[in-house]
Amino acid sequence: MEHPPIIQIEHLTKSFPMGKASFTALTGISLNFGKGEFAGFIGPSGSGKTTLLNIIGSLDVPTSGEVLVLGNSIGGLTARQAARLRKENLGFIFQSYNLLAVHTVFENVEFPLLLLNYAASERRRMVMDALEWVGLTDKIKSKPPQLSGGECQRVAIARAMVKKPSLVLADEPTANLDAANSHNILQTMVKLNRELNTTFLFATHDDKVIGYLRRKVYLLDGKIDKDEVFPN
Amino acid sequence: MRTAIKLAYRNLIGAGLRTWLNVIVLSFSFVVIIWMKGILVGWDHQAKNDMIRWEIGGGQYWHKAYDPFDQFTLAEAHAALPAAFQTEIENGNLVPVLIAQGTIYPEGRMQSILIKGIDPGQNLLALPTQKLDTTPDAIPAIIGENMARTNKLKIGDRTTLRWRDAHGTFDASEICITAIFSTNVPTVDVAQVWIPLENMRSMLLMPGEATLLTIRNPETIRSGPGDWKLMTVNDLVADLEAMIKTKSVGQSIFYTILLLLALLAVFDTQVLSIFRRQKEIGTYVALGYTQREVVWLFTIEGAMHAVLAAVLAAAYGLPFLIWQARTGWKLPIETGDYGFAIAQTLYPVYSAGLVISTTLIVMLATAVVSYWPSRRIAKMNPTEALRGKLQ
Repeated sequence: MEHPPIIQIEHLTKSFPMGKASFTALTGISLNFGKGEFAGFIGPSGSGKTTLLNIIGSLDVPTSGEVLVLGNSIGGLTARQAARLRKENLGFIFQSYNLLAVHTVFENVEFPLLLLNYAASERRRMVMDALEWVGLTDKIKSKPPQLSGGECQRVAIARAMVKKPSLVLADEPTANLDAANSHNILQTMVKLNRELNTTFLFATHDDKVIGYLRRKVYLLDGKIDKDEVFPN
Repeated sequence: MRTAIKLAYRNLIGAGLRTWLNVIVLSFSFVVIIWMKGILVGWDHQAKNDMIRWEIGGGQYWHKAYDPFDQFTLAEAHAALPAAFQTEIENGNLVPVLIAQGTIYPEGRMQSILIKGIDPGQNLLALPTQKLDTTPDAIPAIIGENMARTNKLKIGDRTTLRWRDAHGTFDASEICITAIFSTNVPTVDVAQVWIPLENMRSMLLMPGEATLLTIRNPETIRSGPGDWKLMTVNDLVADLEAMIKTKSVGQSIFYTILLLLALLAVFDTQVLSIFRRQKEIGTYVALGYTQREVVWLFTIEGAMHAVLAAVLAAAYGLPFLIWQARTGWKLPIETGDYGFAIAQTLYPVYSAGLVISTTLIVMLATAVVSYWPSRRIAKMNPTEALRGKLQ
C-alpha cells in the first residue's frame, strides 16, 4: 500500500439486538486505509456500509474485532475520548446535510472550530477559507432553509473540512442532489482530497459517486464482496 | 462552557417566537414576584412605622394584668405609677395611658368603647392630644376617623359618656369632640375615645394610676419594676408580623402558580426540543460533543430563558416597579375596617436581596426544569439520533 495506514480493521463483527435474537450487520471485516485515500463502501441498502462508517467514526462500537482509527482502538475509547477523536480528527458529511437550521452558514461552518477553542479572528479566517473552497463566501449570512440542496451540502463539506481533519466520512452525500450538483460536490471533494491530502471514505450506492472513487470496497450482507483499487 | 453558552444563545435567538413566548411569560413571573413581595415588605415597613408613631413608641410597660384582647382585665389592670418612672414621665420620656371600658350614646345609640386617658402635653405619639386642652364645659375628647364615621360624630359634637369608677359605681358626663385624627392604626382608632389623663383619673377615682406606659427611646428600656412588665417593639409587632407572614404565604401560592405556568412552558419546550431536534443532537455528537455535553448544552439553553426573561423584566419591569414605589398601590376597598395597621395606599419597598433572591430562585427553577427532560439525551443512540429516528 502506497499510503501509511490510518484505519486498520481486523475481523470486525457488529451485531444489533432484535428482541431476544440479534441481527449481524457486519461479519469478519478486515481492511486498511491509508492517508489520502478517496475510497468508498458500496453496496445495496442493508449491506452494512453505514454501520461500518459509524464504527470508523467512533459513533458506534464493534461487537468483536479491532478497529484502529489514527491509532485509537474504537472499542476501547471512553465517550470523552471518542468525542475528542471526532472533534479533532474526523469530519462528517451526511445524506440530509444535518446543518443547524437556526444558525447561519458562517456559524454552521464555525461550529467545529468553536469546539476546538480557536480564537475569533482565526475562526473567521478558517471559515472564510473553507467557504472559499466550496464557493459560498457570498452566503455567509444565509440560513440553511434559505439554501438549495446543493448549497446545503457544500456548507456541510465546508463544515467537515474547516478544521482540516485527517479523515472525512461521507454517508450517501449525493442522495438528495441532482446530477449537476452531485458532480459539483464530488469535484469539490476530489479537489480537497488532492490539495489537503485528506482521506475520504464514502458509504454509497450512487453510480455518480462510485465513478469518482479510487478505491471501491463492495459490501454484501455485511461481508466484503470485492475490494478494488484504481490508479489516480 | 463559554462555547455552550454561545451556542445556547444562538439556538435560543434562532428559535424566534417560541423563545420569546417563554421569555415573556417568565418575565411576568419576575416582575409579579418582586412587586408582590415588595408590597408586603412595604406594608410591613409602613405598618410598623405607623404603629411606632401612633401607639407603641419605643416599647411599652404594661400592668401585669393588662391583656388587650380581654377587656374584662381592664378592671384590674391599673396601678399607681412607681417612683422609678416619675422622672422619666416628667421629662416626657414615658407617657402613661389609663384604659377603661365605657359607653357612649351618639344619636341615642349605645356604643361600647374603650376610654383612654393620656397626657394632653405628650409629644411622643402622633395623636393630636394638644386638642384635649380646649373645652372648658365638657370633657374634651379626640377620636379617629373610623370611630367618627361609624358613630356619625364630627368635631364639636357632644355625647354622653358612661363609665364605672374604681368602686364599680356607674357615672356619666358629657364629652365634646375636639379633634378627629386620621391614622392607619386601628388600635388607636376603632371604638376608642381619648380624653385627658387627669380627667380620667378623677372620673375613675384612680389618682396617679395608669394601665400602660409608652417609652420614647428603646435604648433606655429596662425591666419593669413590680407590677409592670416590659413589652419591646418586637413583642408589640409580633401579631402584625404573624399576620403579614400569613398574607405572604397566601401570596406565595399565587406567584408559585404563575411561576409554575412559566416553568411548564419551558419544560414543554425542552421536551419538544428533544423529540424535534434529534438530528441536531446526533450532529452535535458527530462533531465532537459527548452526550453529557449535549445535555449540558440543552440545560443551559433552557436556563437561558430565565436570563433573557430577567433582561426583559428589567426593561419593562423596572419602570413599572419604580412608578409603583412612587405612586403606591391604592387598595380597591376601604382599609379602615380591616382591624390591623394597613394604609389605603401601599408603597412597595424593593431591596437588593429581594431582587437577587427572586432572580436566583427563578433561574434555579428554570435550570432544573430544563435539565430534567434533557437527561434523556444521555441515553440516546447517536447513530439513531443522526437519522432523526424517534427513540
